[in-house]
Amino acid sequence: MREIALHILDIAENGIRAGADRIAIVVDEARQDNRLRIEISDNGSGIPPEILAKVSDPFVSTRKTRRVGLGLSLLEAAARRCGGEFHIQSSQGQGTKVTAAFQYDHIDRAPMGDMSSTIVALLVGNPKVDFFYSHTIDGRQFAIDTQEIKKEIEGVSISDPAVIQYLNRTVREALDQLARGGESSKR
Amino acid sequence: MAKLNIDDLKKIKEKISKETSLRHGETRVKVTVHMGTCGIAAGARDVMAALMEELAEADVQDVRVVASGCLGMCSSEPNVTVEVMGENPIVYKEMNTNKMRQVFKRHVLQGEVQTDFALAKM
Repeated sequence: MREIALHILDIAENGIRAGADRIAIVVDEARQDNRLRIEISDNGSGIPPEILAKVSDPFVSTRKTRRVGLGLSLLEAAARRCGGEFHIQSSQGQGTKVTAAFQYDHIDRAPMGDMSSTIVALLVGNPKVDFFYSHTIDGRQFAIDTQEIKKEIEGVSISDPAVIQYLNRTVREALDQLARGGESSKR
Repeated sequence: MAKLNIDDLKKIKEKISKETSLRHGETRVKVTVHMGTCGIAAGARDVMAALMEELAEADVQDVRVVASGCLGMCSSEPNVTVEVMGENPIVYKEMNTNKMRQVFKRHVLQGEVQTDFALAKM
């Protein structure tokens, strides 16, 4: 994958395929610790233990449409080649949590990429699923929870183009501000 | 902590509610962007973004956009399926943002299947 944000989109879509109705995405860019950490958790059906043990083997998949499972094995390989770590916890019926960490300045680390497009793609494609997204850069945090947003715009779909455009712009601006080190001007 | 501006959301809600009591009508066209690992790696997210831009610009209410998983035809990703209700769904292959804009303008809005980009009729 060319961006960490694309890995996140991919792993979050896994959760949705597993029937999750709530997905949490947590990104922590700790530049002073030279660490980038991402965590994606869902409340989907979970992964059976016999598959979980072999999850990083690309030739293992429960899917029927192709015989190789790519997403998790790609993320694990990306983390490991950047001096990082990869963990997956899953319990059947309760959900799955995937954590990957990267050495921030590792030459092979893909750029963070376009997180606002990732969030927007998730919202548009899955308006019934709730997403919590938190992004921290050097201790400064930005977070949105679609459950709260849906309450505010009651009656209007979160995937309405006007809402999507607004959220896209807001996330982009907020992340820009976090990266530049200033407080966001949004309340 | 940076947060969303609730007032902005309220304004958007009011604006949309006023403009479109029609918005709860029937779905005329369903557009599916296939977002498996293969599709995402090949550029499906940007295709989805272009589709949303077109949708906002065209200001139509009867088009529904959904994401789905891998179709099993990974080598032709990004794949996009356009289903005009009552007609056979058309799968488009090797999409990019420009092809997506063309398919939206011609097929989704005007009903002309773009056979040059099509993989199959399902």
